[in-house]
Amino acid sequence: MAPSKPRSKSRNPLLIPGIGKFSRSKMYHKRGIWAIKAKHGGTFPRHDPKPAAPEPASKKPPKFYPADDVKTPVPNRRKPKPAKLRASITPGTVLILLAGRFMGKRVVFLKQLPSGLLLITGPFTVNGVPLRRVNQAYVIATSTKVDISGVNVDKFDDKYFAKDKKKAYKKSESSFFETEKQEKKLPQQKKDDQKAVDTPLIKAIEAVEYLRGYLGTKFTLRSGTKPHELQF
Amino acid sequence: MPFKRYVEIGRVALVNYGKEYGRLVVIVDVIDQNRALVDAPDMIRGQINFKRLSLTDIKIDIPRVPKKKTLIEAMETADVKNKWEKSSWGRKLIVQKRRAALNDFDRYKVMVAKIKRGRAIREKLAKLKRENPA
Repeated sequence: MAPSKPRSKSRNPLLIPGIGKFSRSKMYHKRGIWAIKAKHGGTFPRHDPKPAAPEPASKKPPKFYPADDVKTPVPNRRKPKPAKLRASITPGTVLILLAGRFMGKRVVFLKQLPSGLLLITGPFTVNGVPLRRVNQAYVIATSTKVDISGVNVDKFDDKYFAKDKKKAYKKSESSFFETEKQEKKLPQQKKDDQKAVDTPLIKAIEAVEYLRGYLGTKFTLRSGTKPHELQF
Repeated sequence: MPFKRYVEIGRVALVNYGKEYGRLVVIVDVIDQNRALVDAPDMIRGQINFKRLSLTDIKIDIPRVPKKKTLIEAMETADVKNKWEKSSWGRKLIVQKRRAALNDFDRYKVMVAKIKRGRAIREKLAKLKRENPA
């Protein structure tokens, strides 16, 4: 018989979790095991047992038996989901950074990366913030939105921002005192990516009056301003 | 210095505490020494303590506890809404509300406008000072 799809609904309705309506013998009859047996001459059809893998010849007894039983840890099956994005943050929203090197800067949100972090850009020529990842928790979302339809951010993901692994150098006396000055130059590819993202963005920004100046200015608190009463 | 604004039937007051904060109401009856019955076109008539009211200059002509329709008509003829919005107190409240509702972007634009205005004033003043050394 061709393998059929497993039944979606059980033939034995639950009265209470753990107690079905029908007894074992009733279920035997309902499932038609008697009919299948009759069809196959008195026995229920079975597969031949799979040939067991041959035991490795001369298995030596282990050299060491641990004195105490060690509990094997349960395997971790957790798959963390990316952090839920706040409803106020949509692609094109102007965000205020609250911490880090660019504290106080107003930046444009591009998309949420698979790790949960937000991909942002200044744009770079407006306020010096490059393509960067930022945590949602350290950000205020304003209600100002920039038109982001002309920007393609598909190629950016967390691997793009991974740090280059430092080459392990042999610990010799000479190199210890030399302090190799590794010139950290930004690869041209990253500069091109920045430009590719920023040019359509800047066009959209220039279309709105005062927006470029707004993005270039830092957010500050003044005497008398109460942040909990401010509307963003 | 005598009192000028009296608690009377028809006196328009501003609620300054509680759920109805900021609403303009009309005193339609006095219940006792502390409480008044107030009404407004978009509100259910109810009692309120005088301490929660700030009396305004506006008074309308109504009988004691008028029907809602009568109240609305009386407010229209007295033009309460416009009088309030033109008064300096009313205008201040409107400005306060507008400022509280400003966006972060709006606040930036206000800042830029203030700087421009200040600059224009100072330039003009400097010019006048140069022309008329006193």
